[in-house]
Amino acid sequence: MRTAFINQLIVEARNNSKVFLIVGDLGFSVVEPFANEFPDRFLNAGVAEQNMTGIAAGLALEGYTVFTYSIGNFPTLRCMEQIRYDVCYHNLDVKIVAVGGGYAYGPLGTSHHATEELGMLRTIPNLTVCSPGDPLETKAVISATIKHSGPCYLRLGKAGEPIVHKNEIDVGFGKMLKVIEGKKTVILSTGAMLKYSYDFIKDNELKWGLYSLPFIKPLDLNGLKFINANYEKIITIEEHQKNGGFGSAILEVFNDLFVNNKIRNMPIIKRLGIENRFLVVAGTQNYLRSKSIINLIGL
Amino acid sequence: MKNTKKIATEIRKLTLKMVFEAKASHIGGALSMVDILAVLYNGILKFNPKEPKWEKRDRFLLSKGHACTSLYATLAIAGFFDIEELKTYAQNGSIFLSHASHKVLGVEFSTGSLGHALPVGCGMALAAKRKKENWRTFVLLSDGELDEGSNWEAILFAPNHKLDNLIVIIDYNKIQSLGKVKEVLNLDSLRAKFEAFNWRAVEVDGHNHKELMNAFMNIPLEKDIPTVIIANTIKGKGVDFMEDKLLWHYKSPSNEEFEEAIKQIEKSS
Repeated sequence: MRTAFINQLIVEARNNSKVFLIVGDLGFSVVEPFANEFPDRFLNAGVAEQNMTGIAAGLALEGYTVFTYSIGNFPTLRCMEQIRYDVCYHNLDVKIVAVGGGYAYGPLGTSHHATEELGMLRTIPNLTVCSPGDPLETKAVISATIKHSGPCYLRLGKAGEPIVHKNEIDVGFGKMLKVIEGKKTVILSTGAMLKYSYDFIKDNELKWGLYSLPFIKPLDLNGLKFINANYEKIITIEEHQKNGGFGSAILEVFNDLFVNNKIRNMPIIKRLGIENRFLVVAGTQNYLRSKSIINLIGL
Repeated sequence: MKNTKKIATEIRKLTLKMVFEAKASHIGGALSMVDILAVLYNGILKFNPKEPKWEKRDRFLLSKGHACTSLYATLAIAGFFDIEELKTYAQNGSIFLSHASHKVLGVEFSTGSLGHALPVGCGMALAAKRKKENWRTFVLLSDGELDEGSNWEAILFAPNHKLDNLIVIIDYNKIQSLGKVKEVLNLDSLRAKFEAFNWRAVEVDGHNHKELMNAFMNIPLEKDIPTVIIANTIKGKGVDFMEDKLLWHYKSPSNEEFEEAIKQIEKSS
C-alpha cells in the first residue's frame, strides 16, 4: 500500500502544484522518487512529529495540500493535540498518513502496533478517517481525499499487500465498495482485513456478501441502509480495538438510524476486532491477528 | 512614526477593562507583552486592517494565547475591528474567546494550548522561502511555555532550514503558572540555549520602546539564520501591586483595584 501511496501522490503532484510531502525521518526506499522529482515540495522534518504536524498546519495556511508521513502511532498519537487543535480546529488541508496499520509491523512490538488510533481520531471534528483495503483502494482514496479539501487521516498497511479488487476502482468520497454480492450474511471490512475476509468466503464457498469500507468517517449512510435492507446479519472486521473503532462506528450509525425511524429494524451486528489488551509476544501479522481472535472461524 | 507609548497606554487600559468586566484571568502576562505589541503593530509589521488576509502581510502568531486580551486591544486600535467589540470579550456567544481566536480579524491562528504556534510559524516561514516571498513570520512566546518539548523541536528546525524570515520574541517575565521560572524549570541562560541551537539572539528591555524598535529594525541579525529577541519584561507591568506577582496570573481585579490600576496607567503615560 505504501508503494501505491507514493506512486499516486507523485501522479497527483504532477497535476497539482500545491501537493507537499513531509516525512518524519521515515520512508527509506519509499519516498525518494517524490523527493527527487519535487524537491521544493518535500521536507524531512526529522524525528519530531509534533513539529512536523505544526509545520504542516503552517504550510496549509499558506495554501499547500500537505501530507505528513510516518509509521504507526508516530504521526497520530504522538501529536494528537496538534492534529486536533492546529489542523482540525482550523480545518486545514493536511492529510496524515500512517503506514503499518494494525499489526503490520508484527514482531516490532506494541510501540509499532497501530491498534487504537481509529477510535481516537474519529472523534475529532472536521477529520475524515480512511482505511483502504488494498493498493487499488489506496490509490482511489488518495485521489478522492485530495479533491476534498480538509483534514484527513489515511491508515495504510505496509508493503506487499495483495490486490483484491479485480479492476481499477473509483471511490466517491465517503462511499463503500461492493466486493462480493451475497445472501443473508455480509462482512463489512475496513483496511487490510479485506484480503482475509475475501479468502475466507471463497475458500469456504460461502454465499456471504463482502463490502470494503475505505471511509470510516464519514460512513456511507445510504450504503449501510442498503445493507440493512438486503442482509440479515452483519459482521464487521477490523485490525483495531473493538472499543471505539470501525465496528463501533457502524453500531452507532445503525442505532441512530433506528431510533430516528430511518430504518425499520436494528440489524444483528457481530464485531470482530482486537480485545482491550496489549500483546506482549513477537509474531507475524497473521500470528498476532490469530492471537487477538480477529477471525471468522466459528461464525 | 506613531507614538507607541501612548498606544501602549491605551492597550493597557482596554486590556484591564476586558479582564475586569469578564472577571477573567491572565492580566499579568497580558500586561507584560503590551510594549512589544505596541511597537510591533506601529512601525514594524506590514499589514492592512482593511484586508486582513493581504498576501504580502507579515504574519504574527501569539503563542501565549491566554494573554490574548492585549492582542485583541492592539488589533482594535490598529483598525481591524471596532473597539466597541471588545466589550463582548468572554461573553456568551462572543468570538472573543479568552484564548486567542482566529475568528477575530487580525488573529492569524488560534492558540491556548502552549507550544503550538512556533511549529506553525516554522511552516509559514518555510512556505515563504519555498515560494520566494518576502513577508516575515513573528511568533511571540511566553517563558513558561518553553518547558514544552514541541518548542525545542521547532527551535532545532528553524536554523537547519535557514529561516531568517522567522522572528521569535520571548516575553521573559520570569513567572509562570505555579511559580518563578527559575524554580519550576530554570531557563538560564536562555540566550545561550538559543545560540547553542544556532540562532542569533538579542536581549532587550521589553518595556523600552527604543530598544525594541532597534532590535526589530535589525532583523535578521545574520542572513540565513533565525532571530530571537529575548525581551526582559515584568509581569503585570504598569500597575505597581500587580508587578512581578504570581497572584495576577489568575486574579481578576476588584472594583477598587481596577480603578486604582487605571489611575496608575493614566498617570504614567
